[in-house]
Amino acid sequence: MSAGRFYASELRLVLLRRRNLLLLAVTAVFPLIIGIALRLAAPRPDGGNGPGPAFFNQLAGNGVFLTFIALSTLLVLVLPVVVAVVAGDSVAGEAGYGTLRYLLAVPAGRTRLLAVKYGVIVTFALCATFIVSAVALAAGAALFPVGPVTLLSGTTVSLAAGLLRLLFVTLYVTAAMAALGAIGLAISTLTEHAIGAIATLMILVVTSEVIDNVPQLHAAGPYLPTHWWLSFDSLLRVPVDTSTLLRGLLSFAVYAVLFGSFAWARFTSADVTS
Amino acid sequence: MTAISTSGLTKRFRGGQLAVDHIDLAVPLGSVYGFLGPNGSGKTTTIRMLLGLAYPTSGTASLLGVPMPDGATTVLHRVGSLVEGPAFYPFLAGADNLARYDAADRTADPATARARITEALDRVGLLAAAKKRYRHYSLGMKQRLAIAAGLLRPRELIILDEPTNGLDPQGTREVRALIRQIAADGTTVFVSSHLLAEVEQICTHVGVMRTGKLVFQGSLPELRRTGASRVSVQTADPEAAAKVLTGLGLADAQATEAGDAQAGDVQADDAQAGASAILGDASPEQVCAELVQAGIGVRGFAVVSPSLEDLFVGLTGEGFDVSG
Repeated sequence: MSAGRFYASELRLVLLRRRNLLLLAVTAVFPLIIGIALRLAAPRPDGGNGPGPAFFNQLAGNGVFLTFIALSTLLVLVLPVVVAVVAGDSVAGEAGYGTLRYLLAVPAGRTRLLAVKYGVIVTFALCATFIVSAVALAAGAALFPVGPVTLLSGTTVSLAAGLLRLLFVTLYVTAAMAALGAIGLAISTLTEHAIGAIATLMILVVTSEVIDNVPQLHAAGPYLPTHWWLSFDSLLRVPVDTSTLLRGLLSFAVYAVLFGSFAWARFTSADVTS
Repeated sequence: MTAISTSGLTKRFRGGQLAVDHIDLAVPLGSVYGFLGPNGSGKTTTIRMLLGLAYPTSGTASLLGVPMPDGATTVLHRVGSLVEGPAFYPFLAGADNLARYDAADRTADPATARARITEALDRVGLLAAAKKRYRHYSLGMKQRLAIAAGLLRPRELIILDEPTNGLDPQGTREVRALIRQIAADGTTVFVSSHLLAEVEQICTHVGVMRTGKLVFQGSLPELRRTGASRVSVQTADPEAAAKVLTGLGLADAQATEAGDAQAGDVQADDAQAGASAILGDASPEQVCAELVQAGIGVRGFAVVSPSLEDLFVGLTGEGFDVSG
Protein backbone atom coordinates (compact mmCIF):
# COMPACT_ATOMS: atom_id res chain seq x y z
CA MET A 1 0.00 0.00 0.00
CA SER A 2 2.66 2.45 1.07
CA ALA A 3 4.94 1.39 -1.79
CA GLY A 4 2.11 2.52 -4.05
CA ARG A 5 2.10 5.91 -2.37
CA PHE A 6 5.86 6.31 -2.86
CA TYR A 7 5.52 5.20 -6.49
CA ALA A 8 2.70 7.70 -7.05
CA SER A 9 4.80 10.46 -5.49
CA GLU A 10 7.78 9.56 -7.68
CA LEU A 11 5.63 9.40 -10.81
CA ARG A 12 4.09 12.79 -10.04
CA LEU A 13 7.56 14.23 -9.47
CA VAL A 14 8.76 12.95 -12.86
CA LEU A 15 5.62 13.76 -14.83
CA LEU A 16 5.23 17.25 -13.40
CA ARG A 17 8.79 18.31 -14.17
CA ARG A 18 8.50 20.86 -16.96
CA ARG A 19 11.59 19.41 -18.63
CA ASN A 20 10.04 15.93 -18.80
CA LEU A 21 6.71 17.25 -20.03
CA LEU A 22 8.56 19.10 -22.76
CA LEU A 23 10.29 15.88 -23.78
CA LEU A 24 6.95 14.10 -24.05
CA ALA A 25 5.58 17.00 -26.06
CA VAL A 26 8.52 16.79 -28.46
CA THR A 27 7.99 13.04 -28.88
CA ALA A 28 4.37 13.79 -29.74
CA VAL A 29 5.28 16.39 -32.36
CA PHE A 30 7.71 14.15 -34.28
CA PRO A 31 5.11 11.71 -35.69
CA LEU A 32 3.09 14.71 -36.90
CA ILE A 33 6.10 16.17 -38.70
CA ILE A 34 6.99 12.82 -40.24
CA GLY A 35 3.40 12.26 -41.35
CA ILE A 36 3.06 15.69 -42.94
CA ALA A 37 6.47 15.41 -44.61
CA LEU A 38 5.64 12.03 -46.10
CA ARG A 39 2.22 13.26 -47.22
CA LEU A 40 3.83 16.22 -48.98
CA ALA A 41 6.45 13.98 -50.57
CA ALA A 42 3.52 12.06 -52.08
CA PRO A 43 4.97 8.57 -52.02
CA ARG A 44 4.08 6.45 -55.01
CA PRO A 45 1.35 3.88 -54.36
CA ASP A 46 3.33 1.26 -56.32
CA GLY A 47 6.10 1.09 -53.70
CA GLY A 48 9.09 2.51 -55.49
CA ASN A 49 12.49 2.74 -53.87
CA GLY A 50 11.89 5.16 -51.01
CA PRO A 51 14.36 5.47 -48.15
CA GLY A 52 14.11 3.76 -44.77
CA PRO A 53 12.83 0.37 -43.61
CA ALA A 54 10.65 -1.75 -45.82
CA PHE A 55 7.38 -0.45 -44.39
CA PHE A 56 8.00 3.15 -45.47
CA ASN A 57 6.52 2.29 -48.81
CA GLN A 58 3.42 0.77 -47.28
CA LEU A 59 2.38 4.11 -45.90
CA ALA A 60 0.74 5.42 -49.03
CA GLY A 61 -1.67 2.52 -48.93
CA ASN A 62 -2.40 2.66 -45.21
CA GLY A 63 -2.08 5.38 -42.57
CA VAL A 64 -1.53 2.73 -39.86
CA PHE A 65 2.00 2.36 -41.17
CA LEU A 66 2.84 5.87 -40.01
CA THR A 67 3.03 4.38 -36.48
CA PHE A 68 5.76 1.91 -37.51
CA ILE A 69 7.62 4.59 -39.43
CA ALA A 70 7.45 6.98 -36.49
CA LEU A 71 8.57 4.35 -33.97
CA SER A 72 11.51 3.21 -36.08
CA THR A 73 12.60 6.78 -36.76
CA LEU A 74 12.32 7.92 -33.16
CA LEU A 75 14.05 4.78 -31.89
CA VAL A 76 17.33 5.97 -33.37
CA LEU A 77 17.70 8.96 -31.09
CA VAL A 78 14.60 10.66 -29.73
CA LEU A 79 13.11 7.85 -27.63
CA PRO A 80 16.53 6.89 -26.18
CA VAL A 81 17.10 10.54 -25.21
CA VAL A 82 13.73 10.73 -23.49
CA VAL A 83 14.45 7.56 -21.51
CA ALA A 84 18.06 8.60 -20.83
CA VAL A 85 17.01 11.91 -19.30
CA VAL A 86 14.65 10.29 -16.81
CA ALA A 87 16.85 7.26 -16.09
CA GLY A 88 20.10 9.19 -15.82
CA ASP A 89 18.45 11.72 -13.53
CA SER A 90 16.77 9.10 -11.33
CA VAL A 91 19.37 8.57 -8.59
CA ALA A 92 22.02 11.09 -9.62
CA GLY A 93 19.46 13.91 -9.60
CA GLU A 94 18.44 13.10 -6.01
CA ALA A 95 22.10 12.95 -5.04
CA GLY A 96 22.68 16.30 -6.73
CA TYR A 97 19.84 17.98 -4.84
CA GLY A 98 20.94 16.28 -1.60
CA THR A 99 17.44 14.85 -1.26
CA LEU A 100 18.86 11.32 -1.51
CA ARG A 101 20.24 11.43 2.03
CA TYR A 102 16.90 12.61 3.37
CA LEU A 103 14.94 9.96 1.46
CA LEU A 104 17.22 7.31 2.95
CA ALA A 105 16.92 8.84 6.42
CA VAL A 106 13.11 8.83 6.14
CA PRO A 107 13.75 5.79 5.69
CA ALA A 108 12.69 4.94 2.14
CA GLY A 109 14.88 1.82 2.14
CA ARG A 110 17.62 1.54 -0.46
CA THR A 111 16.19 -1.44 -2.37
CA ARG A 112 12.68 -0.01 -2.24
CA LEU A 113 13.88 3.38 -3.48
CA LEU A 114 15.68 1.76 -6.40
CA ALA A 115 12.65 -0.38 -7.27
CA VAL A 116 10.36 2.66 -7.25
CA LYS A 117 12.82 4.61 -9.38
CA TYR A 118 12.99 1.82 -11.96
CA GLY A 119 9.23 1.37 -11.92
CA VAL A 120 8.78 5.03 -12.81
CA ILE A 121 11.46 4.89 -15.53
CA VAL A 122 9.59 2.01 -17.18
CA THR A 123 6.28 3.84 -16.79
CA PHE A 124 7.76 6.93 -18.40
CA ALA A 125 9.18 4.85 -21.29
CA LEU A 126 5.73 3.29 -21.71
CA CYS A 127 4.13 6.76 -21.83
CA ALA A 128 6.63 7.98 -24.42
CA THR A 129 6.23 5.01 -26.79
CA PHE A 130 2.45 4.97 -26.51
CA ILE A 131 2.32 8.70 -27.17
CA VAL A 132 4.33 8.13 -30.37
CA SER A 133 2.02 5.31 -31.46
CA ALA A 134 -1.16 7.17 -30.58
CA VAL A 135 -0.19 10.44 -32.25
CA ALA A 136 1.17 8.61 -35.31
CA LEU A 137 -2.03 6.58 -35.57
CA ALA A 138 -4.18 9.71 -35.38
CA ALA A 139 -2.00 11.59 -37.87
CA GLY A 140 -1.87 8.58 -40.18
CA ALA A 141 -5.65 8.29 -40.13
CA ALA A 142 -6.00 11.98 -40.87
CA LEU A 143 -3.46 12.15 -43.68
CA PHE A 144 -3.74 8.76 -45.39
CA PRO A 145 -6.40 6.18 -46.15
CA VAL A 146 -7.02 3.59 -43.43
CA GLY A 147 -8.24 0.07 -43.97
CA PRO A 148 -7.21 -3.60 -43.82
CA VAL A 149 -3.46 -3.77 -43.25
CA THR A 150 -1.17 -5.35 -45.83
CA LEU A 151 1.78 -6.73 -43.89
CA LEU A 152 5.41 -6.86 -45.03
CA SER A 153 5.00 -10.49 -46.01
CA GLY A 154 2.22 -9.47 -48.40
CA THR A 155 -0.60 -10.91 -46.36
CA THR A 156 -3.53 -8.63 -45.66
CA VAL A 157 -5.16 -8.70 -42.22
CA SER A 158 -8.18 -6.83 -40.92
CA LEU A 159 -7.73 -3.34 -39.45
CA ALA A 160 -8.46 -4.72 -35.96
CA ALA A 161 -5.79 -7.39 -36.34
CA GLY A 162 -3.41 -4.73 -37.64
CA LEU A 163 -4.06 -2.54 -34.61
CA LEU A 164 -3.48 -5.49 -32.30
CA ARG A 165 -0.09 -5.97 -33.95
CA LEU A 166 0.57 -2.26 -33.44
CA LEU A 167 -0.12 -2.75 -29.72
CA PHE A 168 2.43 -5.56 -29.58
CA VAL A 169 4.97 -3.50 -31.53
CA THR A 170 4.55 -0.62 -29.06
CA LEU A 171 5.00 -2.99 -26.12
CA TYR A 172 8.12 -4.46 -27.76
CA VAL A 173 9.60 -0.97 -28.14
CA THR A 174 8.69 -0.25 -24.50
CA ALA A 175 10.61 -3.38 -23.48
CA ALA A 176 13.63 -2.16 -25.44
CA MET A 177 13.43 1.22 -23.70
CA ALA A 178 12.94 -0.46 -20.29
CA ALA A 179 16.22 -2.32 -20.82
CA LEU A 180 17.91 0.94 -21.74
CA GLY A 181 16.38 2.46 -18.60
CA ALA A 182 18.05 -0.22 -16.45
CA ILE A 183 21.43 0.70 -17.93
CA GLY A 184 20.66 4.36 -17.22
CA LEU A 185 19.65 3.56 -13.64
CA ALA A 186 22.94 1.74 -13.08
CA ILE A 187 24.97 4.65 -14.45
CA SER A 188 22.88 7.02 -12.35
CA THR A 189 23.96 5.30 -9.12
CA LEU A 190 27.60 6.06 -9.95
CA THR A 191 27.44 9.85 -9.88
CA GLU A 192 25.71 12.85 -8.38
CA HIS A 193 25.74 14.70 -11.70
CA ALA A 194 22.56 13.83 -13.58
CA ILE A 195 23.75 15.43 -16.80
CA GLY A 196 26.86 13.23 -16.73
CA ALA A 197 24.77 10.09 -16.37
CA ILE A 198 22.45 11.17 -19.19
CA ALA A 199 25.36 11.98 -21.52
CA THR A 200 27.13 8.71 -20.72
CA LEU A 201 24.02 6.72 -21.56
CA MET A 202 23.55 8.55 -24.86
CA ILE A 203 27.18 8.01 -25.82
CA LEU A 204 26.63 4.33 -25.08
CA VAL A 205 23.56 4.22 -27.34
CA VAL A 206 25.25 5.97 -30.25
CA THR A 207 28.41 3.88 -29.92
CA SER A 208 26.33 0.72 -29.92
CA GLU A 209 24.43 1.87 -33.02
CA VAL A 210 27.66 2.75 -34.83
CA ILE A 211 29.30 -0.59 -34.02
CA ASP A 212 26.13 -2.34 -35.15
CA ASN A 213 26.53 -0.70 -38.55
CA VAL A 214 30.18 -1.62 -39.11
CA PRO A 215 30.22 -4.78 -41.26
CA GLN A 216 33.62 -5.86 -39.90
CA LEU A 217 32.15 -5.94 -36.37
CA HIS A 218 29.15 -7.94 -37.51
CA ALA A 219 29.84 -10.73 -35.00
CA ALA A 220 29.36 -8.35 -32.07
CA GLY A 221 25.97 -7.21 -33.34
CA PRO A 222 23.59 -9.53 -31.49
CA TYR A 223 25.18 -8.67 -28.15
CA LEU A 224 24.79 -4.91 -28.52
CA PRO A 225 22.08 -3.23 -26.44
CA THR A 226 20.58 -1.50 -29.49
CA HIS A 227 20.80 -4.37 -31.97
CA TRP A 228 17.29 -5.77 -31.53
CA TRP A 229 15.41 -2.50 -31.18
CA LEU A 230 14.14 -2.40 -34.77
CA SER A 231 13.34 -6.11 -34.87
CA PHE A 232 9.72 -5.26 -34.15
CA ASP A 233 9.14 -5.57 -37.89
CA SER A 234 9.06 -9.33 -37.21
CA LEU A 235 5.57 -8.69 -35.88
CA LEU A 236 4.52 -7.36 -39.26
CA ARG A 237 4.87 -10.68 -41.04
CA VAL A 238 2.77 -13.82 -41.38
CA PRO A 239 3.79 -16.00 -39.72
CA VAL A 240 5.31 -13.79 -37.04
CA ASP A 241 9.10 -14.25 -36.87
CA THR A 242 8.96 -15.36 -33.24
CA SER A 243 12.58 -16.53 -33.01
CA THR A 244 13.89 -13.04 -33.81
CA LEU A 245 11.37 -11.47 -31.45
CA LEU A 246 12.27 -13.82 -28.64
CA ARG A 247 15.97 -13.23 -29.12
CA GLY A 248 15.28 -9.51 -28.92
CA LEU A 249 13.21 -9.84 -25.77
CA LEU A 250 15.86 -12.14 -24.28
CA SER A 251 18.51 -9.50 -25.00
CA PHE A 252 16.39 -6.82 -23.28
CA ALA A 253 15.80 -9.08 -20.27
CA VAL A 254 19.48 -9.90 -19.93
CA TYR A 255 20.47 -6.24 -20.08
CA ALA A 256 17.74 -5.26 -17.61
CA VAL A 257 18.68 -7.97 -15.11
CA LEU A 258 22.44 -7.43 -15.50
CA PHE A 259 22.36 -3.67 -15.04
CA GLY A 260 19.51 -3.79 -12.53
CA SER A 261 21.64 -6.10 -10.38
CA PHE A 262 24.64 -3.85 -10.81
CA ALA A 263 22.58 -0.81 -9.76
CA TRP A 264 21.28 -2.69 -6.72
CA ALA A 265 24.71 -3.97 -5.67
CA ARG A 266 26.22 -0.54 -6.02
CA PHE A 267 23.38 1.42 -4.43
CA THR A 268 22.93 -0.82 -1.40
CA SER A 269 26.63 -0.90 -0.57
CA ALA A 270 27.91 2.59 -1.33
CA ASP A 271 28.16 5.44 1.16
CA VAL A 272 25.87 8.34 0.39
CA THR A 273 28.19 11.33 0.51
CA SER A 274 26.07 13.89 -1.29
CA MET B 1 18.71 1.81 26.81
CA THR B 2 20.47 4.82 25.35
CA ALA B 3 19.22 7.01 22.53
CA ILE B 4 22.49 6.63 20.69
CA SER B 5 25.38 4.37 21.49
CA THR B 6 28.45 3.49 19.50
CA SER B 7 31.34 1.21 20.25
CA GLY B 8 34.67 1.62 18.54
CA LEU B 9 32.91 3.33 15.65
CA THR B 10 35.50 4.01 12.95
CA LYS B 11 35.41 5.40 9.43
CA ARG B 12 38.42 5.33 7.18
CA PHE B 13 37.87 6.96 3.78
CA ARG B 14 39.04 5.32 0.59
CA GLY B 15 41.99 7.71 0.50
CA GLY B 16 43.16 6.25 3.79
CA GLN B 17 42.15 9.25 5.89
CA LEU B 18 40.85 8.29 9.32
CA ALA B 19 37.76 10.50 9.68
CA VAL B 20 36.30 8.88 12.78
CA ASP B 21 38.60 6.99 15.10
CA HIS B 22 37.10 4.46 17.55
CA ILE B 23 34.51 6.62 19.20
CA ASP B 24 32.22 5.38 21.97
CA LEU B 25 29.19 7.64 22.14
CA ALA B 26 26.59 7.26 24.87
CA VAL B 27 23.67 9.64 24.52
CA PRO B 28 21.21 9.24 27.40
CA LEU B 29 17.48 9.19 26.64
CA GLY B 30 15.88 12.55 27.21
CA SER B 31 19.14 14.47 27.05
CA VAL B 32 20.06 17.38 24.84
CA TYR B 33 23.46 16.25 23.69
CA GLY B 34 25.83 18.75 22.14
CA PHE B 35 28.24 17.14 19.70
CA LEU B 36 31.10 19.59 19.46
CA GLY B 37 34.24 19.95 17.50
CA PRO B 38 35.94 22.11 14.93
CA ASN B 39 34.98 21.78 11.28
CA GLY B 40 36.47 18.61 9.86
CA SER B 41 36.71 16.81 13.20
CA GLY B 42 34.44 13.98 12.06
CA LYS B 43 31.05 15.10 13.39
CA THR B 44 29.14 14.85 10.12
CA THR B 45 30.76 11.55 9.15
CA THR B 46 29.68 10.16 12.53
CA ILE B 47 26.12 11.36 11.95
CA ARG B 48 26.10 9.82 8.48
CA MET B 49 27.07 6.49 10.01
CA LEU B 50 24.43 6.82 12.74
CA LEU B 51 21.76 7.31 10.06
CA GLY B 52 22.98 4.45 7.88
CA LEU B 53 24.03 6.75 5.04
CA ALA B 54 27.67 5.74 5.36
CA TYR B 55 28.90 2.35 6.47
CA PRO B 56 31.44 2.13 9.32
CA THR B 57 34.88 0.69 8.56
CA SER B 58 34.69 -1.01 11.95
CA GLY B 59 32.78 -0.75 15.20
CA THR B 60 29.07 -0.70 15.86
CA ALA B 61 26.35 1.88 16.32
CA SER B 62 22.78 1.70 17.54
CA LEU B 63 19.86 4.10 17.60
CA LEU B 64 17.22 3.62 20.30
CA GLY B 65 18.70 0.20 20.93
CA VAL B 66 18.42 -0.93 17.29
CA PRO B 67 21.71 -1.73 15.54
CA MET B 68 22.58 0.41 12.53
CA PRO B 69 22.84 0.30 9.57
CA ASP B 70 21.00 -3.08 9.51
CA GLY B 71 18.02 -1.72 11.42
CA ALA B 72 17.69 1.41 9.28
CA THR B 73 14.26 0.59 7.91
CA THR B 74 12.88 -0.42 11.31
CA VAL B 75 14.12 2.43 13.49
CA LEU B 76 14.72 5.52 11.36
CA HIS B 77 11.05 6.50 11.24
CA ARG B 78 11.34 7.13 14.99
CA VAL B 79 14.27 9.45 14.32
CA GLY B 80 14.10 12.92 12.77
CA SER B 81 17.22 14.30 11.19
CA LEU B 82 18.89 17.29 9.64
CA VAL B 83 22.15 16.34 7.95
CA GLU B 84 24.56 18.82 6.41
CA GLY B 85 22.02 21.48 5.69
CA PRO B 86 18.53 21.33 4.21
CA ALA B 87 17.90 19.59 0.87
CA PHE B 88 14.62 19.79 -1.01
CA TYR B 89 13.30 19.92 -4.57
CA PRO B 90 13.63 23.57 -5.65
CA PHE B 91 10.68 23.33 -8.05
CA LEU B 92 8.25 22.08 -5.39
CA ALA B 93 6.45 24.17 -2.78
CA GLY B 94 7.35 23.74 0.89
CA ALA B 95 4.30 21.63 1.72
CA ASP B 96 4.78 19.48 -1.41
CA ASN B 97 8.37 18.85 -0.40
CA LEU B 98 7.24 17.58 2.98
CA ALA B 99 4.57 15.44 1.29
CA ARG B 100 7.30 13.92 -0.89
CA TYR B 101 9.36 12.81 2.13
CA ASP B 102 6.25 11.61 3.92
CA ALA B 103 5.25 9.51 0.89
CA ALA B 104 8.64 7.80 1.00
CA ASP B 105 7.95 6.66 4.58
CA ARG B 106 6.26 3.28 4.39
CA THR B 107 5.09 3.49 8.00
CA ALA B 108 3.50 6.93 7.70
CA ASP B 109 -0.29 7.01 7.56
CA PRO B 110 -1.35 8.67 4.29
CA ALA B 111 -4.73 9.57 5.78
CA THR B 112 -3.14 11.93 8.29
CA ALA B 113 -0.41 13.24 5.98
CA ARG B 114 -2.05 16.57 5.25
CA ALA B 115 -2.74 17.29 8.92
CA ARG B 116 0.76 16.29 9.98
CA ILE B 117 2.37 18.44 7.28
CA THR B 118 0.29 21.45 8.30
CA GLU B 119 1.18 20.92 11.94
CA ALA B 120 4.91 20.58 11.20
CA LEU B 121 4.88 23.74 9.08
CA ASP B 122 2.97 25.56 11.79
CA ARG B 123 5.49 24.50 14.41
CA VAL B 124 8.38 26.08 12.53
CA GLY B 125 6.36 29.11 11.52
CA LEU B 126 6.22 28.35 7.80
CA LEU B 127 2.48 27.87 7.36
CA ALA B 128 2.23 31.13 5.42
CA ALA B 129 4.93 29.95 3.01
CA ALA B 130 3.50 26.44 2.54
CA LYS B 131 2.59 27.01 -1.10
CA LYS B 132 5.72 28.97 -1.96
CA ARG B 133 8.33 27.20 -4.05
CA TYR B 134 11.38 26.08 -2.13
CA ARG B 135 13.70 27.92 -4.52
CA HIS B 136 12.22 31.21 -3.28
CA TYR B 137 12.79 30.41 0.40
CA SER B 138 15.35 32.37 2.39
CA LEU B 139 18.18 30.49 4.06
CA GLY B 140 16.43 30.62 7.42
CA MET B 141 13.18 29.32 5.92
CA LYS B 142 15.03 26.45 4.27
CA GLN B 143 16.59 25.51 7.57
CA ARG B 144 13.23 25.63 9.30
CA LEU B 145 11.61 23.52 6.57
CA ALA B 146 14.30 20.91 7.15
CA ILE B 147 13.45 20.88 10.85
CA ALA B 148 9.75 20.61 9.92
CA ALA B 149 10.60 17.49 7.89
CA GLY B 150 12.13 16.09 11.05
CA LEU B 151 8.91 16.81 12.91
CA LEU B 152 6.50 15.18 10.43
CA ARG B 153 5.90 12.41 12.91
CA PRO B 154 6.32 12.09 16.66
CA ARG B 155 10.01 11.26 17.10
CA GLU B 156 11.90 9.77 20.01
CA LEU B 157 15.20 11.17 18.80
CA ILE B 158 16.12 14.17 16.67
CA ILE B 159 19.56 14.42 15.13
CA LEU B 160 20.47 17.94 14.04
CA ASP B 161 23.72 18.59 12.23
CA GLU B 162 24.72 22.28 12.49
CA PRO B 163 21.08 23.47 12.65
CA THR B 164 22.01 27.16 12.89
CA ASN B 165 24.57 27.19 10.10
CA GLY B 166 24.19 30.27 7.97
CA LEU B 167 21.40 31.73 10.07
CA ASP B 168 21.28 35.33 11.26
CA PRO B 169 21.05 35.98 15.03
CA GLN B 170 17.27 36.11 14.82
CA GLY B 171 17.12 32.77 13.00
CA THR B 172 19.59 31.25 15.43
CA ARG B 173 17.40 32.26 18.36
CA GLU B 174 14.34 30.77 16.68
CA VAL B 175 16.06 27.46 16.07
CA ARG B 176 17.36 27.40 19.63
CA ALA B 177 13.84 28.00 20.97
CA LEU B 178 12.56 25.22 18.72
CA ILE B 179 15.18 22.80 20.04
CA ARG B 180 14.22 23.65 23.63
CA GLN B 181 10.59 23.04 22.76
CA ILE B 182 11.35 19.68 21.14
CA ALA B 183 13.42 18.64 24.15
CA ALA B 184 10.63 19.74 26.50
CA ASP B 185 8.34 17.23 24.77
CA GLY B 186 10.67 14.48 25.95
CA THR B 187 12.43 13.93 22.64
CA THR B 188 16.15 13.25 22.88
CA VAL B 189 18.07 15.86 20.89
CA PHE B 190 21.51 15.21 19.44
CA VAL B 191 22.84 18.44 18.03
CA SER B 192 26.20 18.88 16.39
CA SER B 193 27.78 22.29 16.32
CA HIS B 194 31.00 24.17 16.18
CA LEU B 195 29.38 27.06 18.05
CA LEU B 196 30.10 27.02 21.74
CA ALA B 197 27.46 29.54 22.77
CA GLU B 198 24.75 27.47 21.16
CA VAL B 199 25.72 24.36 23.06
CA GLU B 200 26.25 26.10 26.37
CA GLN B 201 22.73 27.50 26.25
CA ILE B 202 20.72 24.42 25.39
CA CYS B 203 22.67 21.25 26.14
CA THR B 204 22.66 18.98 29.15
CA HIS B 205 25.43 16.73 27.84
CA VAL B 206 28.38 17.22 25.55
CA GLY B 207 30.74 15.15 23.47
CA VAL B 208 33.82 16.83 22.09
CA MET B 209 35.49 15.66 18.89
CA ARG B 210 39.02 16.42 17.84
CA THR B 211 40.49 15.03 14.60
CA GLY B 212 38.18 12.03 14.62
CA LYS B 213 38.52 11.20 18.31
CA LEU B 214 36.00 11.75 21.09
CA VAL B 215 38.17 13.64 23.59
CA PHE B 216 35.45 14.29 26.17
CA GLN B 217 31.97 13.03 26.91
CA GLY B 218 29.76 13.80 29.88
CA SER B 219 27.32 16.26 31.39
CA LEU B 220 28.02 19.98 31.24
CA PRO B 221 28.85 20.20 35.00
CA GLU B 222 31.25 17.27 34.54
CA LEU B 223 32.97 19.18 31.79
CA ARG B 224 33.30 22.24 34.00
CA ARG B 225 34.87 20.11 36.73
CA THR B 226 37.63 18.98 34.39
CA GLY B 227 39.03 22.51 34.41
CA ALA B 228 41.49 23.27 37.26
CA SER B 229 40.85 26.49 39.18
CA ARG B 230 43.90 28.67 39.69
CA VAL B 231 44.72 30.90 42.58
CA SER B 232 46.15 34.23 41.50
CA VAL B 233 47.85 36.79 43.69
CA GLN B 234 48.89 40.33 42.77
CA THR B 235 52.05 41.46 44.45
CA ALA B 236 55.20 43.53 43.92
CA ASP B 237 57.28 40.47 44.69
CA PRO B 238 56.17 37.74 42.25
CA GLU B 239 59.19 35.44 42.66
CA ALA B 240 58.81 35.23 46.41
CA ALA B 241 55.07 34.69 46.08
CA ALA B 242 55.60 31.87 43.59
CA LYS B 243 58.04 30.22 46.02
CA VAL B 244 55.48 30.38 48.80
CA LEU B 245 52.82 28.85 46.53
CA THR B 246 55.20 26.04 45.58
CA GLY B 247 56.06 25.62 49.25
CA LEU B 248 52.38 25.13 49.99
CA GLY B 249 52.37 22.20 47.57
CA LEU B 250 50.45 23.95 44.75
CA ALA B 251 51.27 22.76 41.26
CA ASP B 252 52.35 24.86 38.29
CA ALA B 253 53.31 27.98 40.27
CA GLN B 254 54.23 30.83 37.95
CA ALA B 255 55.57 34.31 38.56
CA THR B 256 54.59 37.20 36.27
CA GLU B 257 56.58 40.47 36.18
CA ALA B 258 54.73 43.71 35.52
CA GLY B 259 54.18 44.11 31.78
CA ASP B 260 55.53 40.61 31.20
CA ALA B 261 52.67 39.74 28.98
CA GLN B 262 52.32 36.32 27.46
CA ALA B 263 51.99 35.99 23.72
CA GLY B 264 48.49 36.70 22.60
CA ASP B 265 47.54 38.50 25.78
CA VAL B 266 45.52 41.43 24.56
CA GLN B 267 45.60 43.07 27.95
CA ALA B 268 49.39 43.33 27.94
CA ASP B 269 49.44 46.90 29.24
CA ASP B 270 47.33 46.00 32.21
CA ALA B 271 49.36 42.95 33.17
CA GLN B 272 50.05 43.17 36.85
CA ALA B 273 53.01 41.66 38.62
CA GLY B 274 52.00 38.60 40.57
CA ALA B 275 52.00 34.84 40.81
CA SER B 276 49.54 32.05 40.16
CA ALA B 277 49.22 28.32 40.71
CA ILE B 278 46.67 25.53 40.42
CA LEU B 279 44.55 25.60 43.56
CA GLY B 280 43.87 21.89 43.76
CA ASP B 281 42.50 20.79 47.14
CA ALA B 282 44.03 23.68 49.06
CA SER B 283 41.75 26.25 50.68
CA PRO B 284 42.07 29.75 49.24
CA GLU B 285 41.80 31.32 52.72
CA GLN B 286 44.72 29.23 53.92
CA VAL B 287 46.80 30.17 50.88
CA CYS B 288 46.12 33.87 51.38
CA ALA B 289 47.00 33.69 55.08
CA GLU B 290 50.23 31.84 54.33
CA LEU B 291 51.23 34.47 51.76
CA VAL B 292 50.70 37.29 54.26
CA GLN B 293 52.48 35.32 56.95
CA ALA B 294 55.50 34.93 54.61
CA GLY B 295 55.70 38.71 54.33
CA ILE B 296 54.35 38.98 50.76
CA GLY B 297 52.54 42.26 50.17
CA VAL B 298 49.25 41.02 48.76
CA ARG B 299 47.56 43.64 46.57
CA GLY B 300 44.93 41.37 45.16
CA PHE B 301 43.86 37.77 45.53
CA ALA B 302 41.53 35.71 43.35
CA VAL B 303 40.43 32.18 42.51
CA VAL B 304 39.90 31.89 38.76
CA SER B 305 37.79 29.12 37.18
CA PRO B 306 38.46 28.46 33.50
CA SER B 307 35.70 29.57 31.16
CA LEU B 308 33.91 26.96 29.08
CA GLU B 309 35.67 28.51 26.13
CA ASP B 310 39.06 27.84 27.71
CA LEU B 311 38.02 24.24 28.32
CA PHE B 312 36.96 23.73 24.71
CA VAL B 313 40.08 25.29 23.31
CA GLY B 314 42.08 23.10 25.69
CA LEU B 315 40.26 19.99 24.41
CA THR B 316 40.19 20.75 20.72
CA GLY B 317 43.29 22.84 20.23
CA GLU B 318 43.48 26.26 18.68
CA GLY B 319 41.40 27.16 15.69
CA PHE B 320 38.18 26.36 17.47
CA ASP B 321 35.52 28.75 16.30
CA VAL B 322 34.23 29.97 19.63
CA SER B 323 33.04 33.38 18.56
CA GLY B 324 31.01 32.13 15.61
